[in-house]
Amino acid sequence: MKRREFLVLSAASIGGVLVYSLDRKVSRASADDHAMRIPLRFFTQDEALAVAALASRIFPSDDLGPGAREAGVVIYIDRQLAGPYGRDRHRYTQGPFEDGLPELGYQGSATPREIYRQGLGPLLGVDRRSVAEQDKTLHEIERTLFFELLRSHTIEGMFCDPMHGGNVDMIGWQLVGFPGPRMSNYDEIDKHYGEAFRPKPVSLRDIAGKSVQASEDER
Amino acid sequence: MKTLPRVDVAIVGGGWSGLLMAKELGSRTALSVAVLERGGPRDPGEYLAGMDELDYAIRFRMMQDPSEQTVTLRHTRQQRALPIRQYGSFLPGSGVGGAGEHWNGVCHRGLPDSFELLSRTIKKYGAKRLPEDHAIEDWGITYEDLEPHYSRVDQLLGISGKAGNVRGKRVEGGNPFEGWRSAEYPTPPVKVPYVSELFRSATTSLGYHPFPIPAATISTTYTNPDGVTRPGCAYCGFCERFGCMIGSKAQPTNTLLPVILKHKNVSLHTGTWVRRIVHETTERASRARGVIYRDRAGEEFLQPAELVILASWTLNNVRLLFLSGIGQPYNPAAGKGTLGRNLTHQVSVAAAQAFFEKPLNRFMGAGAAGFTMSDLDADLFDHSELPFLRGGLLEASVTGSRPIANFGTLPRSVTDRWGSNWKKAALHFYDRTCSLTFLGEHLAYKGNFMDLDPTYKDHFGDPLLRLTLDWRDNERKMVEFAAAKAVEIAKAMGATEAFPSASLGNYDATRYQSTHVQGGAIMGASPLNSVVNPYLQHWDMPNLFVLGGSSFPQNFSSHPTMTILAQTFRTADAIAERYSKHPEALA
Repeated sequence: MKRREFLVLSAASIGGVLVYSLDRKVSRASADDHAMRIPLRFFTQDEALAVAALASRIFPSDDLGPGAREAGVVIYIDRQLAGPYGRDRHRYTQGPFEDGLPELGYQGSATPREIYRQGLGPLLGVDRRSVAEQDKTLHEIERTLFFELLRSHTIEGMFCDPMHGGNVDMIGWQLVGFPGPRMSNYDEIDKHYGEAFRPKPVSLRDIAGKSVQASEDER
Repeated sequence: MKTLPRVDVAIVGGGWSGLLMAKELGSRTALSVAVLERGGPRDPGEYLAGMDELDYAIRFRMMQDPSEQTVTLRHTRQQRALPIRQYGSFLPGSGVGGAGEHWNGVCHRGLPDSFELLSRTIKKYGAKRLPEDHAIEDWGITYEDLEPHYSRVDQLLGISGKAGNVRGKRVEGGNPFEGWRSAEYPTPPVKVPYVSELFRSATTSLGYHPFPIPAATISTTYTNPDGVTRPGCAYCGFCERFGCMIGSKAQPTNTLLPVILKHKNVSLHTGTWVRRIVHETTERASRARGVIYRDRAGEEFLQPAELVILASWTLNNVRLLFLSGIGQPYNPAAGKGTLGRNLTHQVSVAAAQAFFEKPLNRFMGAGAAGFTMSDLDADLFDHSELPFLRGGLLEASVTGSRPIANFGTLPRSVTDRWGSNWKKAALHFYDRTCSLTFLGEHLAYKGNFMDLDPTYKDHFGDPLLRLTLDWRDNERKMVEFAAAKAVEIAKAMGATEAFPSASLGNYDATRYQSTHVQGGAIMGASPLNSVVNPYLQHWDMPNLFVLGGSSFPQNFSSHPTMTILAQTFRTADAIAERYSKHPEALA
């Protein structure tokens, strides 16, 4: 049996308040806390650290607000890859596999899991390099399929419903003013013309009043 | 294989057209009807728990599963087709209600001249103006034939809108170019999002004639002639790719199913994947005998039926006819055969992407909330000096902007795709951009058709359907024209920057356009150039009807659902009133 992998993070090393999702639970860590151990479903710890570092260069935490690190993007990606999406459960995967015109879409046989594992191979340890070196690494891989997936998944992890492990505390939604699955805008849709209307976000669990099965938890 | 007790009618597919037919036959006849739906049951009560962009809009939870069955695509006959391995340009639905559960609810009728496209175009511009390899046909019916049935659909769905032409009388605020309608819409137009108000105001000042998009996301509580009541829309912005959490949007499960369940002569069977139509041919006639389906457990059944009605999605209708060996496959080189001809897909592009100083609050919306216009549609403007025929709708609707899909739409001056500069621009423009959508006609061409793929198979081992499909210069030039107009409109709306749609290029299976794919089993006035007659009855097999978008000889600009439902009503009349008494050819 595979050894259980954890992502071990020192809250103090990141600084400030850190919020991470631990298997459906939101945990908060302040700078005083000790290291956090987050169980991983797919990545090894080295892979998770590399993905976390690269995702936070794609969507950085800066003076405009939080980024991939605070949203828990690496946890989101880990769960997606562990679930049906990661193994191409719903993609047509019968051969023969042949290269085709770009308008026909991805024709390869490699699953998202395989693309990550292969793409991350030469990048392990990137989290220990300087930010400038991390950016240089991203520029070097910018034209790869792995980068395209990582970029898309970073955006997904920023803005998905928190039940998927990203967008912790709905910080991504707060950044852009998206209120989530808000039940009714009947009274507001034809008002607020030309001015920002930013209701407090709600998550799916808030409105459904129960936990909902996420696709990554399907078999 | 187990043989089931015979039924009078077997309907293949439990979406809009199949369930409407089942409702009509169940209400008006004593025929025993079995609806066979390959997907699972749906509980609209669970749609609230489905308001999740990732699982529904990005991972397509309500759609058919391409790992079981997809299609292959090539641009020309000289190329080798490859499978569309994950859906992109269209999204067929699965389960009871089909794509009718996750649609946006846009309810346009076809414009009158669309039904006589070939003859009217030749009359006005001469045959020489038609594209060289065109396969354009008249429908074999006219707008007048369909109008009463369009009105029945208005009533069934409670459509919200503003009439422009009631029995020939012009009505202010509606579409002045629409075909006459027998009555005003059943419910008033839906509320207007900010972007759509900017569009309405700008296009009015430019001399265009904007009108509210007719909507099945209804504006207020409505009870239809069957006694089914639905509430008004809450503008939550979760229509497209979602079921409606409050049942305001008309869906087969909330509009048809409650009525069907009252009829003991109609039964609905989920998890029944129809693989073949069984038929026999004697010297005198060809007849369908029933269908063979496989259930979830993998067991096969023969369902004998007196009458078979194909009512699945366009491409699945056509594929089932191919797999069953019914009809003469189209051969474009020889110009022979009809099955599979005239594949079209509505042209759908962001004609202009506009950027504004003020926030737009685009998370508030509904599938059909907005304004559109027909000024650049059909042959409503003169094409004598233009390098293309026909046109389309240009509109600004706000279906509800969700962040995964919409984060990062940026002016072309921003070239970063990640990092702090990208984040800064993307945050700024997130709610300051919108697109003006152009929905254009796709003409039929000899080189755009369907047949069975020689290589790729579905999960049962049956061949996939192969699409040979590409745009021609007519569509490309039409989009260029519309994009230039859209940029002018965007500027008049106050956009600080607006860029036109990229060139249409070649057919791109990775860019979502619409699920409005049509043709393959087209209708017409003659068996020489069509598969079904004007009552959607198979020319070669009088006890087989083929409903849905597969019957459209070519795409018209507007969305097809209204016309699919109107035709289903018309066919249901023909079956209930004529065919059930004299089961023979209706035309």
